[in-house]
Amino acid sequence: MSARVEVEERVSFFRTYVFSIDHKMIAKQYLAIGLFWAVVGGLLAYLLRWQLAYPDTEAPGWGFIGPEFYNMLVTMHGTIMVFFVAMPILLGAFGNFLIPLMVGARDMAFPRLNMLSVWTLALSSLVLLISFFVPGGAASAGWTGYPPLSAKPIYTGVNWGLNLWILALALEFASFLMSGINFLTTPINLRAPGMSMFRLPLLVWMQMTAAILFMLSVGPLIAGAIMLLLDRVAGASFYLPQGGGDPLLWQHLFWFFGHPEVYVIFLPGLGIVLEIFPVFSRKPIFGYRPIIYSTIAAGILSFTVWAHHQFISGMDPRLAMPFSVTTILISVPFALMVFAMIATLWGGSISFPTPMLFALGTLAVFLIGGLTGIFNGSAPVDIYIHSTYFVVAHFHYTLFSALFFAGFAGLYFWFPKMFGRMMNEALGKLHFWLTFLLFNAVFIPMFLLGAGGMMRRIANPMQYEFLRPLQPLNTFATIATILLLLAQLPFVVNFFWSLFAGKVAERNPWQANTLEWSAPSPPPHGNFDTVPVVYRGPYEYSHPSVSEEWLPQDRPTMPTATA
Amino acid sequence: MFRWLPEMVSTYGGDIDAMMYLIYYIVGAWFLLTCGAMLLFLILYRRREGRRATYIEGNSLREAAWILVPCLIVLVLDLWIDLRGGEVWAKVKRHAPPSDHRVQVTGKQFNWEILYPGPDGQFGTGDDLQLDNELHVPVNKVVWVVLKSKDVIHSFFLPHLRLKQDAVPGRAIEAWFKATKPGRYEIPCAELCGFGHSGMNGFLIVHPADEYERWVKEHWPSS
Repeated sequence: MSARVEVEERVSFFRTYVFSIDHKMIAKQYLAIGLFWAVVGGLLAYLLRWQLAYPDTEAPGWGFIGPEFYNMLVTMHGTIMVFFVAMPILLGAFGNFLIPLMVGARDMAFPRLNMLSVWTLALSSLVLLISFFVPGGAASAGWTGYPPLSAKPIYTGVNWGLNLWILALALEFASFLMSGINFLTTPINLRAPGMSMFRLPLLVWMQMTAAILFMLSVGPLIAGAIMLLLDRVAGASFYLPQGGGDPLLWQHLFWFFGHPEVYVIFLPGLGIVLEIFPVFSRKPIFGYRPIIYSTIAAGILSFTVWAHHQFISGMDPRLAMPFSVTTILISVPFALMVFAMIATLWGGSISFPTPMLFALGTLAVFLIGGLTGIFNGSAPVDIYIHSTYFVVAHFHYTLFSALFFAGFAGLYFWFPKMFGRMMNEALGKLHFWLTFLLFNAVFIPMFLLGAGGMMRRIANPMQYEFLRPLQPLNTFATIATILLLLAQLPFVVNFFWSLFAGKVAERNPWQANTLEWSAPSPPPHGNFDTVPVVYRGPYEYSHPSVSEEWLPQDRPTMPTATA
Repeated sequence: MFRWLPEMVSTYGGDIDAMMYLIYYIVGAWFLLTCGAMLLFLILYRRREGRRATYIEGNSLREAAWILVPCLIVLVLDLWIDLRGGEVWAKVKRHAPPSDHRVQVTGKQFNWEILYPGPDGQFGTGDDLQLDNELHVPVNKVVWVVLKSKDVIHSFFLPHLRLKQDAVPGRAIEAWFKATKPGRYEIPCAELCGFGHSGMNGFLIVHPADEYERWVKEHWPSS
């Protein structure tokens, strides 16, 4: 079955760049939205770090921050990075761009729905942007929005900012629900001839799992968000005990979504890394099927761990250990994936262009993120480190690795396919090493601050006697944050310079196997010259029967053996 | 890393710290092994002219054993951490000793209201005494804290005693501790509770036995 696509010869500027139904243009629109918010999220990070290192002083380029504005900064930094950077880039951009190309389809199954989903996200972004400018400012009840703090304007002093925050999130969820339909239907129904499920690249498996996790988990949160909005604007008391409600209800609904959400972000990042490892090791990925099975296992387990966010919330202490066990158990499928990646390197012929450096960086950083999760998952240890900087450091090691290390790996890797030009290697390597070193310089001190007991979301550590001796760590992390932000300049320069003046890319510059590399760079609307026919799995590198080191999925016959 | 921990002054704090060290050594060893293997392979198998990568798929059970066996070890270590963790959790949260003293701590934006029951040991009687942000207790005695909140969620954090417990409006949540060293320790709020969250801080004053007697006499002269 081949996809029917209206391939118009000439379409208007608006239909090409604005209201496009081409999955590749939609992917670029997601990328643009994600990168815009990444800049905003980064600037918020600068301001909040400034306040922590030099409390109540004027931040250069901004001015006085103070505790109220600080609460808004941490809330919006978290919201933006998770929902408006990670999801648009890892799912919106990479999922949209790669799924049809990798499965050999001419477009997504529902191109107009796809367009609707990106425009819903644009509307959601607009709402979130407006929320910064309403009286009272943007939401400031934490990105987790725990009621009663979030349920009554009087508790935060923020009224419409928080209502718009809920509205923006609801629109964002609607947008990604629509994407999810495409992310599932396309690989299930529109695969090229010969492309069986077990010949799909792992990235497609990861995107599909992420879509399923998102669609199954978001329902309860949408219900929860509506109840929160009703508490705020209609005086309902779903979360207010004085009216018979329960604040913990929100925590269960939020984390029932929130923990699978971590994997919704993480799995697509892992998928990028799993595509890049075999290409530059010149070896099949080690354990293709075990990786798929453990992805599914991790996905199922992720629905049974949510209350590990609530060990000290006041829920029945007998519930803690079952959730502690499932949480720590989830390390097994992820350990398998890490071991598989390392086993892929064994016996390889490894080269180190920028995408591979970022992929290896993802693995190293995620390793620390995953291992430190064991501390948080252990209920008795969590009593002490809950809500401290240990947790902050931990989730930045997991999510920063998926979002920025894997995201950059993917951008450097697929840039030639997206834009038809190569990125500069020297600038790319400079970008990697600065980012890798400075990222660790920012977040290793936070583990130490967390061990020292420093709480999250306090605006001024100097107000506490036991934290004052730790202040040099805060100053260090802040200086490193500023440098980390500046270290993104080589990427910005590289991106725009390469866009217009980079070396023109051939179809398959990395000599890779998956189908997207058989299409022109960049692929036209409709993707392939002719719909490819698939003969083998995606990772047949250094196959003994061919003299080349790579063997594309759609190459018809095996050339004469040389070995 | 855990030399940054604040001084530990409670009976169960040592168990929690020991748990942290156990996990620290286990994951530390894994980190060194895994990162070491990665770096070693990156050096050994870097691209060199004339050498071709080995074609290994790792799908057969015999090959996959190279990753399945380490996963099995991870599973065993996980269960070890769970079992030890379960014991410590039970000690702190489930098998609490009978109380010597009771206080009620109510969080509100942005103070801890600390209510002492007075000599009769009953809350809601005439000899109750309320102090803001000052929790006076004797050393080496079991103290029960009933946690309440008037407005939003707060979190009662005693870093030096390794105790943290949310105070949730609509609920009375019990926690306990036994301080082992006299001194003055901070009680920060550890859950974002509004614009005054930063700086919402109280003090736990752990008195030696005789000094505590004097403090009681001072506040309840009739007793």
